[in-house]
Amino acid sequence: MMDKPLIQVENLNVEFALGRTWLGKPPMLRAVNDVSLDIMPGQFFGLVGESGSGKTTLGRAILRAVPISSGKITFDDAEVCYDVGSLLKKDLKNYRKLAQLIFQDPYAALSPRMTVRDIIAEPLEVMGLTQTREETDERVRDIAAKCRLNLEHLRRFPHAFSGGQRQRISIARSLVCNPDFVVADESVAALDVSIQADILNLLQSLQDEMGLTFLFISHDLSVVAHICDHVAVMYLGTLVESAPTRKLFANPSHPYTKALLSAIPSLDPNERTKAQKLEGEIPSPVNPPPGCKFHTRCPVAEARCRTEVPEWRELSDGHSVACHFAEKV
Amino acid sequence: MSLLTVENLTLQFDTDEGRITAVENVSFAINAGEVLGLVGESGSGKSVTAKSLMQLNPENSVYSPESNIQLELESGTVDVLSLKKSQEMVVVRGGAISMIFQEPMASFAPAITIGGQMVEQLLIHTSMSKKEAAALSVEMLERVGINEAAKRFNQYAFELSGGMRQRAMIAMALSTKPKLLIADEPTTALDVTIQAQVLDLMKDLVGEFGMAILFITHDLGVIAQVADRVAVMYLGGIVESGPVAEVLRSPSHPYTKGLINALPKLDAIDEPLTPIPGDIPSPLERPPGCVFHTRCPEVIADRCNATVPTRTEVSKGHDASCFALEAKGKAA
Repeated sequence: MMDKPLIQVENLNVEFALGRTWLGKPPMLRAVNDVSLDIMPGQFFGLVGESGSGKTTLGRAILRAVPISSGKITFDDAEVCYDVGSLLKKDLKNYRKLAQLIFQDPYAALSPRMTVRDIIAEPLEVMGLTQTREETDERVRDIAAKCRLNLEHLRRFPHAFSGGQRQRISIARSLVCNPDFVVADESVAALDVSIQADILNLLQSLQDEMGLTFLFISHDLSVVAHICDHVAVMYLGTLVESAPTRKLFANPSHPYTKALLSAIPSLDPNERTKAQKLEGEIPSPVNPPPGCKFHTRCPVAEARCRTEVPEWRELSDGHSVACHFAEKV
Repeated sequence: MSLLTVENLTLQFDTDEGRITAVENVSFAINAGEVLGLVGESGSGKSVTAKSLMQLNPENSVYSPESNIQLELESGTVDVLSLKKSQEMVVVRGGAISMIFQEPMASFAPAITIGGQMVEQLLIHTSMSKKEAAALSVEMLERVGINEAAKRFNQYAFELSGGMRQRAMIAMALSTKPKLLIADEPTTALDVTIQAQVLDLMKDLVGEFGMAILFITHDLGVIAQVADRVAVMYLGGIVESGPVAEVLRSPSHPYTKGLINALPKLDAIDEPLTPIPGDIPSPLERPPGCVFHTRCPEVIADRCNATVPTRTEVSKGHDASCFALEAKGKAA
């Protein structure tokens, strides 16, 4: 087990300009605000948050699919060490091979005009990873088998497949170039529960088999609880809490994490509690509240929270939180 | 007498690829003031079933002659499927039955103010004046917890957040005081913290207005929180139905059991997830016999793939359609 993180994010900021102005600077939307995290090799790292929390932007920044405004992202797999923000041509191309993305919607992610074989083979051809057609076919068949796709399906078009099968095709396409690191962005959100369980199990077995490291982005805490070893919670562009899964669920220390957990509808009809529901809605990221961004909805907020940004501090080994009153929560 | 009685509802669609069965032999009833949860995965026919209660399905839909939907109103019994003209349908659509849709952005007209839409439907369904309708609309917006209701009344759908839009949708659906509210995945597009708020609101309103709700969702957790009874649908048929606590605690149909096992649970993080094997068959290739037999772990050879199982009563008010259950009943 290596002790160096595969992905190290330090004080990352991602900003988008909203429109253009003639004079001065246009208003900025800060989607990711001063985020730092380490993803260890072989980890299944979960990133949770509601819509607009910046989780997708963070995932894409790590893949360099959106420009970084400030901060540093380091990728280090013992063979190569990249400063992701400043990668150029050849290195960037190589990084694209090492870090891949699985999309949310398996209906939109696959071209309807290509056969499954061509869809899976495309990354190999684009990146020039194989020399001959035989070699390509070999790689495609290999990954298809790993993703439990039927080999005769390779000749068909995506419309012939159900959501679960499509997601397996989409996963095969992302993994065919043998990456180290995969961002799975809401990869099971569009699937039915009976299929969702199957895809989660598949991701887990692929991780073991291929030695992958995952950043698993999801809004569903129960899914994350099942599949991830470490979970980070985002709210309005900032990390509010990060801990090993067990610790986080046993001992949530940020009021937002706590509220998220209690908002999940329980399967037990006797537990129809109204305990700790959050008031209000997530504020606009263009105009985030000062101080702690969560203070407008926080049940324990005090005067201090309205002015002073809480420090990101470690509570116990691997468990960090950004809240003035974490001990009380 | 139940408020709504659906008997042997079978609905097919005429398509280029042939006649597709979307709903087959579905029967259920809803009493006044009751919340019935209709749960199922995509393609199980839950939305289509709900839409047929108001004949909102597209023109190519074909109802079987045995299908019967009856609505018990003060003015008498209405046979919904016999209504042909849209003028006659007004009694049902937006009158006795209102509907909340999944995507609140898509269900409001973008170029008419929220208030304009709320007033319009009140003018159609009640004898109110424009002024009274506007006053009631603002009052309803306040009831569902929208701040500055008078200001929101004059705004457009795009100016509201997702949670607020869904609240406005609920306010609009309830302002005509329907007997039955159909809520089709009303919280699916919302974040969990907002979902919790909307579910609480709906629970409060049922108590206050005393209407019945047909609550459609794919989320068993949501069902556990809001429903009194639940009906589980798979590929166009109801496979199990009963009081919500009973069905969730002691599910009888292998599909219901499978659904519950496949669900990640927070209090059992270490237990492995058990998916239901295989995929949901395409409605074009509906399996013969029991529609679930292709994925069922308790399948009985030569029986399940040949004959359609009938309802077996498990306990009072709780029944499931499964041969394995029948066999167990006989053995006992």
